[in-house]
Formats: sequence, C-alpha cells, structure tokens
Amino acid sequence: MLRFILRRLLIMIPTLIVVSMLIFVVINLPPGDFLSNQIAELRATGQEAGLAKAEFLRHEYALDRPLAEQYLIWIGVWPGPSGFNGLLQGDLGWSFEFGKPVAEVVGETLWFTVILNFAAVLFVYLVSFPLGALAAIRANSWVDYLAAAVGYIGLATPNFLLALILLYYGQKWLGLPIGGLVDPRYENEPMSLAKLGSILHHLIIPTIVIGLSGTAAMVRRLRANLLDELGKPYVVTAKAKGVPPVRRLTRYPLRMALNPFVSDIGSLLPSMVSGSVLISVVLSLPTIGPALLEALRAQDQFLAGFILMFISLLVLVGMLISDILLALLDPRIRLTKRSRS
Amino acid sequence: MLRVETLSIRFRRSASPRPAVSGVSFSVGAGQSVALVGESGSGKTLTCRSILGILPRGAEVCGGSVRFGCKKAGEVDLLTLSRSGLRAIRGSQISMIFQEPMSALSPLHTIGAQTAEVLRLHGNASRSQARAECLAMFERVGFPDPERAYRSYPFQLSGGLRQRAMIAMAMVGRPRLLIADEPTTALDVTLQAQVLALIKTLQAETGMAVLMVTHDLGVVANMADAVVVLRAGRVMESGACADVLGRPLHGYTRKLMAAAPMIPDYPEVAPEAAVSPTDAATATAPVDAILEFHGVAKTFERGASRVRALAGIDLRVRRGETLAIVGESGSGKTTLARLAMLADRPDPGARILFRPAAGAEAVDLSAQPPDALLDYRRRAQMVFQDPYASLSPRMTVGSIIGEPLTIHGVCDADERHRRVRALMARVGLDPAWATRYPHAFSGGQRQRIGIARALALDPMLLICDEPTSALDVSVQAQVLDLLESIKERLGLSLMFISHDLAVVARLADRVVVMRAGQVVEQAPPAVLFSAPVHPYTQALIAASPEPDVNRPIDIRKVALGAGAPDLWPAAFRPTPDGPPPLVEVAPGHFVRRAA
Repeated sequence: MLRFILRRLLIMIPTLIVVSMLIFVVINLPPGDFLSNQIAELRATGQEAGLAKAEFLRHEYALDRPLAEQYLIWIGVWPGPSGFNGLLQGDLGWSFEFGKPVAEVVGETLWFTVILNFAAVLFVYLVSFPLGALAAIRANSWVDYLAAAVGYIGLATPNFLLALILLYYGQKWLGLPIGGLVDPRYENEPMSLAKLGSILHHLIIPTIVIGLSGTAAMVRRLRANLLDELGKPYVVTAKAKGVPPVRRLTRYPLRMALNPFVSDIGSLLPSMVSGSVLISVVLSLPTIGPALLEALRAQDQFLAGFILMFISLLVLVGMLISDILLALLDPRIRLTKRSRS
Repeated sequence: MLRVETLSIRFRRSASPRPAVSGVSFSVGAGQSVALVGESGSGKTLTCRSILGILPRGAEVCGGSVRFGCKKAGEVDLLTLSRSGLRAIRGSQISMIFQEPMSALSPLHTIGAQTAEVLRLHGNASRSQARAECLAMFERVGFPDPERAYRSYPFQLSGGLRQRAMIAMAMVGRPRLLIADEPTTALDVTLQAQVLALIKTLQAETGMAVLMVTHDLGVVANMADAVVVLRAGRVMESGACADVLGRPLHGYTRKLMAAAPMIPDYPEVAPEAAVSPTDAATATAPVDAILEFHGVAKTFERGASRVRALAGIDLRVRRGETLAIVGESGSGKTTLARLAMLADRPDPGARILFRPAAGAEAVDLSAQPPDALLDYRRRAQMVFQDPYASLSPRMTVGSIIGEPLTIHGVCDADERHRRVRALMARVGLDPAWATRYPHAFSGGQRQRIGIARALALDPMLLICDEPTSALDVSVQAQVLDLLESIKERLGLSLMFISHDLAVVARLADRVVVMRAGQVVEQAPPAVLFSAPVHPYTQALIAASPEPDVNRPIDIRKVALGAGAPDLWPAAFRPTPDGPPPLVEVAPGHFVRRAA
C-alpha cells in the first residue's frame, strides 16, 4: 500500500510538468501579453510617461524573451533577470492587473477557496449518500420521487439564480448574512473562535448553492448503482443466511455501490472550483474564481498560470485520495494491484 | 420435515394470468434427498426460493403452504411466519447453496468473514469460536489450507474451491435442510462429481435433508431418493428416484429421459475391430485434411506472467468429418478454436495448413498477412457458445444472417433477401420472422439464427464452440440434430468443441481429449468410450453422471484422473524433460504416455 501511494506521488510529478507546459502555452496563445497590450494602449492615448515603467517591467519579468525561456524562468529552472526565482523557489510572480505579487493577490482567497470547496464536497457527500441510498431502497416510493424532484430542481435551476433566491429568503427568514465570507467586523482581525463562527455562518448558503447540482447528480448515480447491486445474487445469499435487513444493506450492497461514489472525488473538486466562479461573483465571495476570471481576461499570465496550476494540483490530490480510498475499500483493486507491481 | 402443499407463485406484473408455479406439492423427510427437476422456466428455482422467502422482486406466493418442522417451535408455516422468525430459521435450520458461487459470494469480504457471519448471527458463538468452527468446516469440505482460505477473497479462489466455500457457508450452521439450487451446473464434470460426493458425505454425517434443484437427470440419479418433475410450474410426475427414472410414466419425463445426453454403451470391442476399414485405409494413405495443425502453441502474456494455453498441438481435421475437441475449462479448447479461425495468431514456429479442396495445394494460414485471410474466412465459419450474447440486439434477424453476404459483397440486396429466407428455412425458422429482433426468440431459436449466419457464405468448415451448453437438454438435442443434418447435406467438415462427453459421443467421428493445453488422448468415440486408456479420459467418462440409479459415479476414478498428474500411473506422468509423447496404441488411437 505504501509503495502504491509513493508510486502515485511520483507519477504526479511528470503530470504536473506536462500540465504546467499546457497551461503556459494556452495562456500565451493569444497574441501579445499584458504589458505589450498596456504599452500599445499607453501609446494610443499618448501617455508616454508610463511607457518606461512598462518596458522596465517587461524586461524585469522576462516577457521579452522567447516563450520556452519564459516558461523555464516561470518554473524556476532557468535564471531570470534576477536569478532563479520561479514556482520552485516559491516565487509566484507578479500580478500586473492588481499591481502586487501573485502571492499577495491570491493569499487569503486561496484558503477560502479550499475551505469553501471542502465544505461543498462534504455537503455533497453528506446529503447525497443517505438520500441516494434511501431512494434506491425505497425505489418508486415517495422518498424516491422527492429525491428525484429535489435533484432535478438542483440540476435545472441556474446556480446564480438559486444563490439569489436563497440569499433573499435566507436573510428574510433565518437571518443569514448576505455576501462575503466573514462579517466585516472581523475583516482585518486575526483568526479567533468568533471569526471562525462567522465564517461558518457565511459558508452556509454558498455551500448549498455550489454543492446542490453535484448533490443531485450524485444522488442519481448512487441510486442507480445501489439498485443494481440490490438485485445481485450475493444479497440473496446474505438474506438466505438470515442477515437482518439493515446489516444486510450496509454490509454488502452499500459497500459495493460506494466505489463509483468514491472515484468521483477527483473530478468533483475542479468542477466546483470552476463552477463557483459565477456564484462567487454573485455572492461577492473572496474566492479564487473571480481573480482567475479577471486574470484570464487581462492576460495576467503569472496570476492565471498559478491559479490554474493550483486547480490542477487539487485534481491530482483528489484523484490520489479517491484511488487510495478505493484500494482500501475494494480488495479486488488492492490485491490485483499488488500482484502486478 | 418439510411439506410443500399446493404452492402457487405468480409474477405481479406478468401479462399472463397463469401463475409461474401452480399447485406444487411435495415433501422432504428428515435425512432424505429430494430433487426438483425441470428445464428453464419450469418454476423449480422459484419453488425452492419461496421456502426461504427469498423470491425475486415482483414474484409473490399466491396460495398454498410450506410447513417446516422447526426444532424449537414445532411445525410452522414458513409463508406466514414473521420476518424475524424466518430470519432465525434462515442459515441455521435451512440453508442454501447457489448456482454461481462467484456472484453469490460478496466480492468485498473474505470467505472466512462471510462464513463466520452465519455463526455469529445464529449460534451466539464468540468470534474465536466461530473462527475455529469455520476452519474445521473448511477442512471438512476439502480446502487444502483452511487458514489461507479463511483470509481469501472469492476472486482469489478457483471455481471449485468457491463452490466448496459456498457449501461450507451453508453447512457451518448445521442446518436440518439444505437447499441446493443447481449447485454444480457452473462446474466442470470432474469437479461436479467431487462436489456431489462431498454433499452426499456431509449429508450422511449430519443426517440433514437435501432439496436439490437441477436440470440434469444424471445428477438426480446420483443424488436423490425421490424426484419431482416440474414443467411450466406444475408437477408432472413424482415418486421414488428409481421408479421415476427407471419406469417414467409421464410423457414429459420420458421426453426428458430421451433427450438427456448419454454416453452410449459401446460393446467392449477390441481396439483393432473398432477401427473401420476406411479408417485403416486412411491411416496408411495420405489423409485429405481440410485443416492441419502442426506444432501449434499459444502463450498469453498477462503482465509479467506468461500463460501457456496450448503446447505442441498436432491435429488434422479430415474433410467431411466431425472432429470433437473435449476438455474442461482451462484446457485450451477455446484457444484452439480461436486459432483455427485465425482470430488469434499462434506462437511463432507453428503451421496451420488449410487445403481448399482434396489434393489442392495447402496454404499455411499462420504465415499469411491478415488481408490474405479473407478467402479463408469465407470458407470457415464459427458458431458461438452463447446465443444470447453473440447476436446484436439492435439488428433484425434478417440483417444478422445476411451480414456476411454484405461484408463479402457476395450478391445484391434482392439476392441477399432470397438467400436469407432460404437459410432460415434450412435451419428450421419461419422466413417470415426475418424482420424480428433476437429478443423475440428462445435460446434454441437463437442458436439456429447463429447457425444460419455461419452458413450464409457456404463455408466448408464449421467451428462450433460449445454451441449447446447454454441450452436446455431437449433444445440441445434439436440443435445437435440440426447440425448433424446440415453437415450431411452440405458435406461440411466440423470442428466441435465441447466439455460434454455425452454430446460429443453422439456427434463425433473422432474425439480429441485435451487437458492443460495438451492432447492427452485421441480416438474414434467407440474406442474412446469403451476402452479409454489415459487416466484423465477415464476420469472424465466416470464423472459424467448418468440418469440411471444403478450406475453411480465412481468417485475414486474421478479423483484419481482429474487430480494432479502425480497421482497418475507412472507411464502417464510428465517427466522432467516434459510430457510423454503421443503414442499410437492402436490404429487411430493415440494416448499421451511413455512408449
């Protein structure tokens, strides 16, 4: 098992390298870059004063060099104008759009993003698991239909609309806060219990909104899986052994139906990060989403590049987690893997 | 102990008002063995499932009673018993063995955990007690290493061991009644013989009653004291086993008996006399073989490990003959069929020669580039094992049968329609059905469709890979008849692959017995079945159950021949340099043994 994890970790390295190349190339596909655009704009409006600074930055961040060289400098395996300082050295680069280092732009929002998405994934699993299982066991009963109805509403309603509706009624009936991720009172204070409470309070609506469509899809999938498993002969065997109903369900088919459930973790994470952009804008959440949108529009390449790298890392970690869980859950995967390696 | 009275079961949403099981009555006494016999759809499985209250979804009991003499509570009606009452009986007093051990065992739990669960649920046994009892039971059912079996998952065991695990699981609660639903149908004959013997000895030791569900009259004859013959949910005939099988009164029972494939009684002939003059002539004269295998081997690479599926096969399929290849699972017979179709390529060094006409130049197929094989593919066709999986559900029967004609561009559409109709008529299907889809046909009819498709291109050679093993016995007989008559009429050569000696006995001109990728014996059926020489062939023949109570399976012979080669007499054992050679012990009779 340990070897398996180690090997998977090693495989992640070349994957990340390839991903980083793709990201860098794609970002640089449109003609020009942030600074050359800015220079052109300054020229057009006759603001010669800024030109020198832009030119200086262009040289400073090696944007005047060939693409391959720029990439290597960005990664940190090639000396830039000020020596080795790329991602490997922990220098995330400069955000031209925001006029500060990328680390500063991203800083807190990165953690908010992780927290928010973690909460959303948790919500998805906590809600869809019992709902899906119940829908399968009581197939074609009112529970099943209710779960289906909730699911379809969740899938069919545009997220931002749902966000607005929930915001309005959440505020009106439950007094839930509107927008933001923390009460303005705690904005610049260090982390404390009260601040954490406020964050959790603010998380409720975004979590539901972001998680709902994923939940709906997951409920349907678990229901279908479990329904398949319930008809399998080994369930009949358990019944013939005299295993009581609840134990029969949890011990046998539910565990089997869990497999696709678990393997979805990897793909769930990125879809939530990218899916939550619009909601973050609507709910004015300080997540990474709006920053990514802005960076991509303005060709702010270091910012966009870093955010995309971060999301890719998230995917890979998600995949790793789901693979490890799968191996723990299913002896067929675990044991055939071992015999092959 | 168990009395089933006028039991009726129906499907809730079924279109026909007729119940699937109606008015079935029988009883099982303590220590007795009763067999429910019938073909698929006869309601035998539904009947035995209703006893434990594990009917499939949609099926419900609509009449009758199932009385069971309970140990504590006296006689109870299992159909009206409370759920918890029924649960207490399941697994402890009545337990069940299922047909497919692979799917009937949970893939996620060890054999030990699944078996111990029975004791933990019913016996109030402690964890260590349960474990000890399980280990004892594993040893009893013949696991070579009970400790290891306890830790194994089902997918790590062979088919035979899995069924042993299933039996251990059913037996560990010391039930008073064991229900066995086709317990050996998924197993090879030699394993079947051993598993049946095991159930019998366990029954003798514990005195439990056995209710066995099977389609195989041979199994019945070996196992049962009494028989209940079912057809379409009704009892046709019931009574003591010797009476029903010895003097069947009902027409259906007679029909079943007649259709049951049996190895015919060949008089003990001297090997020389069994070889007909023509055989003797062809033995010396150059043989006109349509297909020849020379030194054919096939190795599959599975990751780092290499599996030798076939080794050193030399065979000839003579023009116009039926060559039967017999072997159990893993013997390499299907690999051989795929090589004969050139669906796979043999290992380098092998030659597969095809002679289109008598005296014509032989073509080495294995050396041909893929596109040069087109001509051969027209002349050699295959009939597949599973008529359910081998026909596309999205194509009409007419287009399935006509597809080879389209692919090879043989004729225009009108001519194709005409030919499809003719083919359908030839295999006994109504040509008007050409526009229907496969799901509208029964298993036997589907296999006829498969045969018609194989005949579409006027082949010279037909390769049949277990064409009847998915069919009921009475249907099997019809399909075999069809194959035989087609072969006669069209002058085809047949390569017939089967695990079933009885099927082979009626069809083959020559029989080849394979084991572990090698030919162990080869002879005309009259010789092979009357005077088998190789211990493995002897075991195969001994293991075939016959529907005659006076001729039980000789389990010692089976265990000897089907076991490891070390158990065989010295002459047959492989030497350090490899297996012994194939020796001609009599004209046309080859055996793998030391000369």
